[in-house]
Amino acid sequence: MSTAELTAQDAELPKDLVDTFIDMAAHEHHPRGAAIEALRLVQERFGWINDAHLAHTARILGMSQADLDGIATYFNLLFRKPVGKNVVMLCDSVSCYIMGAEQTRERLCRKLGVKMGETTPDGEFTVLPIVCLGHCDHAPAMLVGKDLFGPVRPEDIDGIIDDIRARKK
Amino acid sequence: MTGLNPEKQPLLALVDRETPLDPAGYDRKGGWRGLRRALGMSPAEIITEVTESKLRGRGGAGFSTGMKWSFVPKESSKERLKYIVANGDEMEPGTFKDRMLVEGNPLQLIEGMIISAYAIQARHGIIFLRGEYHLGLERLQQAVIQAREAGFLGENILGSGFDFDLHVHPSAGRYICGEETALITALEGRRANPRAKPPFPQIGGLWGAPTVVNNIETFSNIPHILANGTEWYLGLSACADGGTKLYGVSGRAKRPGVFELPLGTSLGVILNECAGGMQDGYKLRAFLPGGASTAFLGAEHADIIMDYPTPEKAGSRLGTGLAILLDDKTSPIGMIRNLEHFFAQESCGWCTPCRDGLPWVERLLIAIEEGRGTQEDIDRLHDAARLIGPMGRTFCAHAPGAIAPLASGLKMFAEDFQRMVSKPASGTAESGAAGQAA
Ligand code: FES
Repeated sequence: MSTAELTAQDAELPKDLVDTFIDMAAHEHHPRGAAIEALRLVQERFGWINDAHLAHTARILGMSQADLDGIATYFNLLFRKPVGKNVVMLCDSVSCYIMGAEQTRERLCRKLGVKMGETTPDGEFTVLPIVCLGHCDHAPAMLVGKDLFGPVRPEDIDGIIDDIRARKK
Repeated sequence: MTGLNPEKQPLLALVDRETPLDPAGYDRKGGWRGLRRALGMSPAEIITEVTESKLRGRGGAGFSTGMKWSFVPKESSKERLKYIVANGDEMEPGTFKDRMLVEGNPLQLIEGMIISAYAIQARHGIIFLRGEYHLGLERLQQAVIQAREAGFLGENILGSGFDFDLHVHPSAGRYICGEETALITALEGRRANPRAKPPFPQIGGLWGAPTVVNNIETFSNIPHILANGTEWYLGLSACADGGTKLYGVSGRAKRPGVFELPLGTSLGVILNECAGGMQDGYKLRAFLPGGASTAFLGAEHADIIMDYPTPEKAGSRLGTGLAILLDDKTSPIGMIRNLEHFFAQESCGWCTPCRDGLPWVERLLIAIEEGRGTQEDIDRLHDAARLIGPMGRTFCAHAPGAIAPLASGLKMFAEDFQRMVSKPASGTAESGAAGQAA
């Protein structure tokens, strides 16, 4: 999405976030120490970090837009593209691999009709691989939003996804 | 956790993953004793006691904690800015111990950090936590607020005249943040590329100030050392170093999990007595003793003593102490491919051998796994292990860690590799991954 497509309302950060960022920056040894936390808060509010919000955050922290974008694109939990309402992160690390995560992944992708990294056409789900979730004793592990699941066997996928769809309604 | 003996399993005895203790409840169960005693001691006395307790870092490197602290300049916290940082970026594949400590008893970690801060005379503390640990974050933030209200954080802690406060920084991802200089760089709001040492963080760390970074399990040991003394702590262990260890297994065990046992317990006890042995129908073929970046050991080592020196003598490392089991029905080549995918993806990209070498390794492994590989591909993997692996070819320990399972696996599973490239249907050099990568 380019800046031109954004509504005027989207182009600027809301006042409360601006105030929060100014406050965070003041409490840091250097304002840029607040950069990652600020980007996380933008994402928590809007689901992802668009160009205008990135630029505005950079201005508040006294950083160049490129500098801040370098950070936003470095860390894998910061999204610079829109994502679905539910971000499904399936562990693809070693213990989960041993316990059959690749089969779980196939089932998940088939159920949602997407490939890893894609969002369902209805905007409900984005599926992403994630590294070890520290839940290896319940492998294969999966995180949906803030909810941790495991072990997630292929036959568990339908139930989990259907539950989330039902919850939303 | 019920049924654990606080005398034998101090780290997990008060862990409750449903409802962690609040400051008053923690007090009633014997918490804060270490802090109360510590605040009556001099910082130097604490450092000596921690050094003599032979606590070694539980994050993977195994450096003496007291020694690490002793390198910090000695000015008081009022004279010089210093930081204490908890490394809770638990991202080493196959590791799930720190999650338990932050979710189940965050006050134990906080108490350990206050004592450590007093010992190195730091005014500020930061807990760097994995961004995916949502419950842990919630519990830690709540515990920090409660501890502050109860007078354990803030100004003049328990009337001692010592000021200290801390906050929680949820990470935005990336394995390399577990490396202490990368973690510090992330806290400064930069891409988390590791830094050259020296200066070591104890001299020039966060914002150039002296900084100590310790693992969450390491900090969680501190209150118990101060509360019960060095002799008691040394007596917990079954080897020359002190304390208990959070051990665990993942893979095809009957009951994978985390278990607190004397440091120096054998893998046989961990796997067979605690985790119930292998699942029916599966045999142990090999294992990574302490996370993805430790070298494979074969099943003949299944009873190995899990202290610091023994796995090293056998050609691997204790690492995080949580073993990943390779069973006889899982493809070792697939497992190594999975590991190298992780390391290639998580390379920060700063050093060429790591940034370009590891994806190449992954492509070669995919080709071999899919039956498109050649003898030459195996030779290239050996080259990569030889050229990328040794310490010093790259800035930090990421590449050596990546090569540990590869180099050991190439040797241990040589027949599997050979079989995959000598299939009649295998491709030519041009169609193999080596051709693609050239
Ligand atoms: S390897 Fe998947 S949760 Fe640890």
